[in-house]
Amino acid sequence: MKYEDFNDNEYLEELRKGGVDVIVGKLDELINWGRSNSVWPLTFATSCCGIEFMAVGAARYDFARFGFEVTRASPRQADVIVVAGTIVHKMAPVLKRLYDQMADPKYVIAMGGCAISGGPFKKSYHVVRGVNTIIPVDVYVPGCPPRPEALLYGMMQLQRKIKVERFFGVVNHKQPKSENPDNEK
Amino acid sequence: MEKIKNRILEVVPEAVVVSEAPLTVSVPPLPFYDLARRLRDDEDMRFDYLVCMTGVDEGESLGVVYHLRSTVYGHELVLRTAALDRENPELASVVDIWATANLNEREVFDFFGIRFINHPDMRRLFLRNDWVGYPLRKDYNADEKINPVRLESEETIDVAPAYEASRDGEVEEIEHVLFKEGEYVVNIGPQHPATHGVLRFRVQLDGEIVRKVDVNCGYIHRGIEKMCESLTYPQMLALTDRLDYLSAHQNRHALCLCIEDALQIEVPERVKYIRTIMDELTRLQSHLLFWSTFCMDLGALTAFFYGFRDREKILDMFEETCGGRLIMNYNVVGGVMQDIHPNLVHRIKDFIKYLPPMLKEYHEVFTGNIIAQQRMKGIGLLSREDAISYGVTGPSGRASGWACDVRKIHPYGVYDKVDFKEIVREDGDVFGRYMVRMEEILQSLHILEQLVDNIPEGDFAVKTKPIIRLPEGNYFRSVEASRGEFGVYIESRGDKFPYRVKFRSPGLPLVSVVDLLARDGKIADLIAVGGSLDYVVPDIDR
Amino acid sequence: MFDFAVVTEWVDGLLRSWLPESWAVLAEFFLIGLCLLLAYAVIALVLILAERKVCAYFQCRLGPNRVGPWGLTQSVADMFKMLIKELIQVRHVDNFLFNLAPYIVIISSVLAFGCIPYAKGLEIIDFNVGIFFLLAVSSIGIVGILLAGWSSNNKYSLIGAMRSGAQMISYELSIGLSILTMVVFSGSMQLSTIVESQADGWFLFRGHIPAFIAFIVYLIAGTAETNRGPFDLPEADSELTAGYHTEYSGMHFGFFYLAEFLNMFIVASVAATLFLGGWMPLHIPGWEGFNAAMDWIPSIFWFIGKVAVMIFIIMWFKWTFPRLRIDQLLRLEWKYLLPLNLCNLLLMVIVVVFNLHF
Repeated sequence: MKYEDFNDNEYLEELRKGGVDVIVGKLDELINWGRSNSVWPLTFATSCCGIEFMAVGAARYDFARFGFEVTRASPRQADVIVVAGTIVHKMAPVLKRLYDQMADPKYVIAMGGCAISGGPFKKSYHVVRGVNTIIPVDVYVPGCPPRPEALLYGMMQLQRKIKVERFFGVVNHKQPKSENPDNEK
Repeated sequence: MEKIKNRILEVVPEAVVVSEAPLTVSVPPLPFYDLARRLRDDEDMRFDYLVCMTGVDEGESLGVVYHLRSTVYGHELVLRTAALDRENPELASVVDIWATANLNEREVFDFFGIRFINHPDMRRLFLRNDWVGYPLRKDYNADEKINPVRLESEETIDVAPAYEASRDGEVEEIEHVLFKEGEYVVNIGPQHPATHGVLRFRVQLDGEIVRKVDVNCGYIHRGIEKMCESLTYPQMLALTDRLDYLSAHQNRHALCLCIEDALQIEVPERVKYIRTIMDELTRLQSHLLFWSTFCMDLGALTAFFYGFRDREKILDMFEETCGGRLIMNYNVVGGVMQDIHPNLVHRIKDFIKYLPPMLKEYHEVFTGNIIAQQRMKGIGLLSREDAISYGVTGPSGRASGWACDVRKIHPYGVYDKVDFKEIVREDGDVFGRYMVRMEEILQSLHILEQLVDNIPEGDFAVKTKPIIRLPEGNYFRSVEASRGEFGVYIESRGDKFPYRVKFRSPGLPLVSVVDLLARDGKIADLIAVGGSLDYVVPDIDR
Repeated sequence: MFDFAVVTEWVDGLLRSWLPESWAVLAEFFLIGLCLLLAYAVIALVLILAERKVCAYFQCRLGPNRVGPWGLTQSVADMFKMLIKELIQVRHVDNFLFNLAPYIVIISSVLAFGCIPYAKGLEIIDFNVGIFFLLAVSSIGIVGILLAGWSSNNKYSLIGAMRSGAQMISYELSIGLSILTMVVFSGSMQLSTIVESQADGWFLFRGHIPAFIAFIVYLIAGTAETNRGPFDLPEADSELTAGYHTEYSGMHFGFFYLAEFLNMFIVASVAATLFLGGWMPLHIPGWEGFNAAMDWIPSIFWFIGKVAVMIFIIMWFKWTFPRLRIDQLLRLEWKYLLPLNLCNLLLMVIVVVFNLHF
């Protein structure tokens, strides 16, 4: 897919328009290049979507191509947690703890209807209605389960999101001063 | 059947025969335990396999339904009993008669609050320990404020409550110690690469040696059975695919069969063929996935990719005909959603030619490897008696020498017309379970070979009423899913919603034997045993 | 053949002409250290990429191909990320030991890395007990792993560390004995001498049967030493999540990760040096023209080529075999490899005493 066909999330690039200092900006670019091209997922799957997550890692779809290669079993070493499957009440504290155990910078992808909103199990007494009630989510990938291409697309969106991050904490110039949380301190 | 009925009435004169086919007997709670023991031990009855155990909220009382089957004679019996006191329900435990009752009774306790006397370990099975209320009772209060999403972990129980009846009939609470102070207990799961999902084992270790495994389920308990009670029958179908997502077609097939039985719909021959073909394709992809993940558990990473590469070919077929790769939503009441894609037939034919050389490669890469052989042979022995008592069906049960294939016992679809061999091995170890699955792949190909050219012309579905109401009664149907007998029990009160739905999951018995198989082995053996049982966690937790 | 001593002596001369002797030596230390660390990092990055690509081709995949041309800069991206990832301070750990452990592991592998003769005249540490030194420093790594497992206050880590301890100490024996076999054959413990004495035929061919057995044993034990599959029990993804480094994040984990790859490189290069003639070109006694032609290929390429072949074999192991169980692992060492090794040593002594080699 060409990058130009990919711009359905313009607000990400909007964030960059403010401009930054040259040295800091270049360093940021370098860091973001490294971070976005080496997003290691945690091996975490609760249900159906987990199988599709495995399929994305397997021979045909192969997310290693993009540098999502090394799925780490220990949350300390992972960068992104792909919440693949339903999260239920009993699992909620575990998921929260897993997220807390990850080292910064850490990202969350909510994969599939269950992780986004509870999906087909929304009415159940034991299902959490969306993981965003527990942990902050960066990318939502809808589907039940999402196609492997959809997950790849979601992960590429995450890469774009990482690329506009600012390691050195420069504020976004377009943002009005009053909204900038740093000013309130 | 008449003989069994008389025998039961002999033991318990106050028993009521509710229906004749299948023989359903309602028994008061007091003589129930003695009857159960007689049913198993009596030479003429030998009901040694507890197929399914279901709790039902019957209004004033809380009932339990036992589906029994004899592996010797093949006859079946449905036994009902009820705890009359709703506030303080108590029933006798049958753990010492059928070992599979252990987790099942904990499930009933969890859902209905029925305490089983003499059960060694009355903890909740699926829900948190601090959960308020019993969700499958009809008067359960589902208010979010009572049971909010809690973000603090629940306390781990080392001393479980249990109830014991003393000689004069008094029930007292005793303590059942799971793990003593100072024992080296390691958590494996819920997030762990080898538990195939979110299952949690608490493992007591002595160096590398596993001394005890305590299974904790419920990390993906989605309350499907309760949800079904507020869904119409066609709506319910969507949830079965998501139980054991690797046997999606088969699960849904079971539910459709059960509803069609109740409505007395005869589906066209073409539908039967299509359903059987889809079932076998599902079995193939599930066994291929088993091979991949099992090899990965044993550390052979490359095998994982080989298995997935070949599995994709089946997913392509599903996608073309059903529209989905994993969750297909294909079977409906009275038929299938739409006709098969014209490409399906030749794709299957290509696949039948494609897979056998690949299987040969699998065996060369993994099965023949000396390390793999040593890791598998003689590990995790399950005897035939234990397999029956614990209700371990499917390939795992057949590896222990128990011919339990539902396709042979109660043929459905067109299994009575095709020729296939039921793979039964006597070894009962990890290697046996592995080989049964590998040989079943060939058998599935053989079945497909016979079916694919002979799909008769005709409709792909019969018309059903827009609103389906099942006549009042109880219905139970089971099919052979990829990992064992999958049963559906529907209790209908003549409404358009079912009164109670229970799915007999093949996975729950599988995890209940982990402790038995892995005890006194190494940690690595525990992983191998878990991999060879091939459970799917959402199927266990439902 | 190009002798790297020309370059090093030229630099040495240049420095001495500018600076007083003691300062010149200090500057050389500094320079060599810098080169060593640089080479260490670059080799690690190349190896990580190579492993990804090799395993991808084993698994019918493509492997990294989006980051840079053909995915060449993938491991550089990984490094950048790892460098600035948070180092988590875990509560209830022995902080001093917890932070020390990765450095011990990496230092031991850098020290061992410095002993290897890369090309003609390109040796850093070269003295008469070179092999002995190499064995000694590379064993320090076990201490780091044991400390990591112990100080993490994590049950998985502890089991991983104990497995690792049992495994490394056992297989150290096999490595030591198979190297000893070759030392008996060459009569020297100095690595440069060993390489020089293979000028008229590599030891693998000259030592025939005993050398071949030692080579096989060394390969097995060497793979076990590096904690790589099928001997990756200390990390055992599917059993212990990440074994002894479960609790480590960021660059501390990166050190373990790097050290694993570098240890593989060291094992491969020792194998190449002892059995395949190190940087020595392929010489066949009597074939003068052939030997001269072989000499045209620079020695560093010979070395890299041999090491690459060895590394490929070790990777091949990992991506083919299932993992051993701990008792099988120890049985293999103590019941099969060790007796075999001792007999082989005796055989080698007989071969040398009676001059039965080529």
